Amino acid sequence: MTIYLPIAELSVNIFIILGMGAAVGFLSGMFGVGGGFLITPLLIFYNIPPAVAVATGANQVVASSVSGALAHFRRGTLDIKLGMMLLIGGLTGATAGVQVFLMLRRMGQLDLIISLLYVVFLGTVGALMLWESVNSIRRAARNEPVRPRRPGQHNWIHKLPLKMRFKRSKLYLSVIPVLVLGFCIGVLTSVMGVGGGFIMVPAMIYLLRVPTNVVIGTSLFQIIFVTAFTTIVQATTNYAVDIVLAGLLMIAGVIGAQYGVRVGQRMRGEQLRAGLALLVLAVGIRLGLNLVLPPDEIYSIVTGSFG
Amino acid sequence: MTGRLSALLAICLLAPLLVLGPTGEARAQSDASEEGSGWTFPEQLDIGISTNEIAISPNFSGADITVFGAIAQADEFLLAIGSYDIIVALEGPRRPATVRRKERVAGIWVNRHSVRFEPIPASYSISSTRPLDSIAKQIVLSAHDVGIQNIRLVPTGQIGDGSMIGSFREAMLRIMQQSGLYQRDPSGVQFISQSLFRASVRLPANIPVGGHTVRAELYRNGQYVTQKTIQLRVVKTGLEQFTYNLAHQYSLIYGIIAVAFALFTGWLSSVIFRKD
Repeated sequence: MTIYLPIAELSVNIFIILGMGAAVGFLSGMFGVGGGFLITPLLIFYNIPPAVAVATGANQVVASSVSGALAHFRRGTLDIKLGMMLLIGGLTGATAGVQVFLMLRRMGQLDLIISLLYVVFLGTVGALMLWESVNSIRRAARNEPVRPRRPGQHNWIHKLPLKMRFKRSKLYLSVIPVLVLGFCIGVLTSVMGVGGGFIMVPAMIYLLRVPTNVVIGTSLFQIIFVTAFTTIVQATTNYAVDIVLAGLLMIAGVIGAQYGVRVGQRMRGEQLRAGLALLVLAVGIRLGLNLVLPPDEIYSIVTGSFG
Repeated sequence: MTGRLSALLAICLLAPLLVLGPTGEARAQSDASEEGSGWTFPEQLDIGISTNEIAISPNFSGADITVFGAIAQADEFLLAIGSYDIIVALEGPRRPATVRRKERVAGIWVNRHSVRFEPIPASYSISSTRPLDSIAKQIVLSAHDVGIQNIRLVPTGQIGDGSMIGSFREAMLRIMQQSGLYQRDPSGVQFISQSLFRASVRLPANIPVGGHTVRAELYRNGQYVTQKTIQLRVVKTGLEQFTYNLAHQYSLIYGIIAVAFALFTGWLSSVIFRKD
């Protein structure tokens, strides 16, 4: 059964889209990630125009982040003040990112840049995660104790000026790295259609030294607002948000996520991380091959006002 | 699908010969004898379809439209020996197009060169009584803009290297045919009686919305005689059109609706699947 996507202006098989949404939802529930970094490449593999895939991906991440953020909000495991600072950076970044997106689209280089960014980010994050999780699996096998990081350890980031007190995170930290981090994630959200949790969470833990218990809630808090804002800006600037496509992905996604969470709870942390790392790497390699292998058709046509 | 649309486009009754009655909703406009050759043929062409609007529903997967027509004041002898040929083309709305070519740069395939063309038909579907090259000479067909190979592709804007234009043109036509937007059926027009004919023209699944033109041309022994055109609108049905218009004209409201829907879906799932 096919369904017509009014903005992408093409007919797709409804079951493939629902299946895609459910599968990504399942994985995001299992691994505790937003799933934007999987949805967008999958849509591109399925011949959805990359511009629509990115803008619609941002919209889908709003839905998948809300339920998680609500849970953290109820438990109080989020730092609103830190979240607000990240958000200021994020909204600025998203605004800048959408302009970059428009410019690249006019130049005909949008598809290339999206693919390149995915290859670089997925490759790096995937490789780091795989390295870390394999090490901890081996340590667990040899029964070595995990060396805890010493608290109070400072790096150059903690020497920056404009310090601010974040009570909930028990941090006294310069706002500069927070704003910069938020800005970078905002740009990624609008150019790649991801929430950016897979970069923000490690950055908050390792660079800002935010306590682990508030990291997820705070990052989800900022992701909702940045992706919501990006969706609106993409809709008004690039007319690229396909509400039918987004709706199908969201509905299948939130249902899939529930089953993913159940499976995830029965698996060990490091095994989960290794699995996620392999998945991330696989998507990155697949996109990388598309860039390197000779394409079937070296010509492409763009009709309409763009180009 | 085909049956549904064919039923929709029921026969417009056409009286043969002199009776050019305006029986159909869509009435062909006359623009015969615009030949510059000075030679005028007595034959007239009349065509009709039952509707001038086609609605694309969400599960549209392509269809055929049927165009009926008649040759008026035809020479009985020439009809009998099959000297008349009909070509029916459905031309989509014209849109500017850019063709880009990828090249390998530092191991990666990158869009390097591009050629921008003056507005071209976004779709083009042609049916004829015989293959085009046996109907008339290339030069005749080209003069009347008929046939996929004769679609005018005029480069515009900055043209760096003129030698590339040819390969870009070829690529454009090739891709348009592969995607089904440009297609031909050399046996799509059939005579159902002596001078009455029926042409079925294929609408691809990805047919662009907007104003289309049905153009029928009559050829006699390889010479162009006359042509008729009918306007046809392709629209999306209710909800699709509404969504499209909303997204383009009230994009802020559309964006807010998209976000609100996402927030609602996320919230609803957290309520339904709450564990406590």
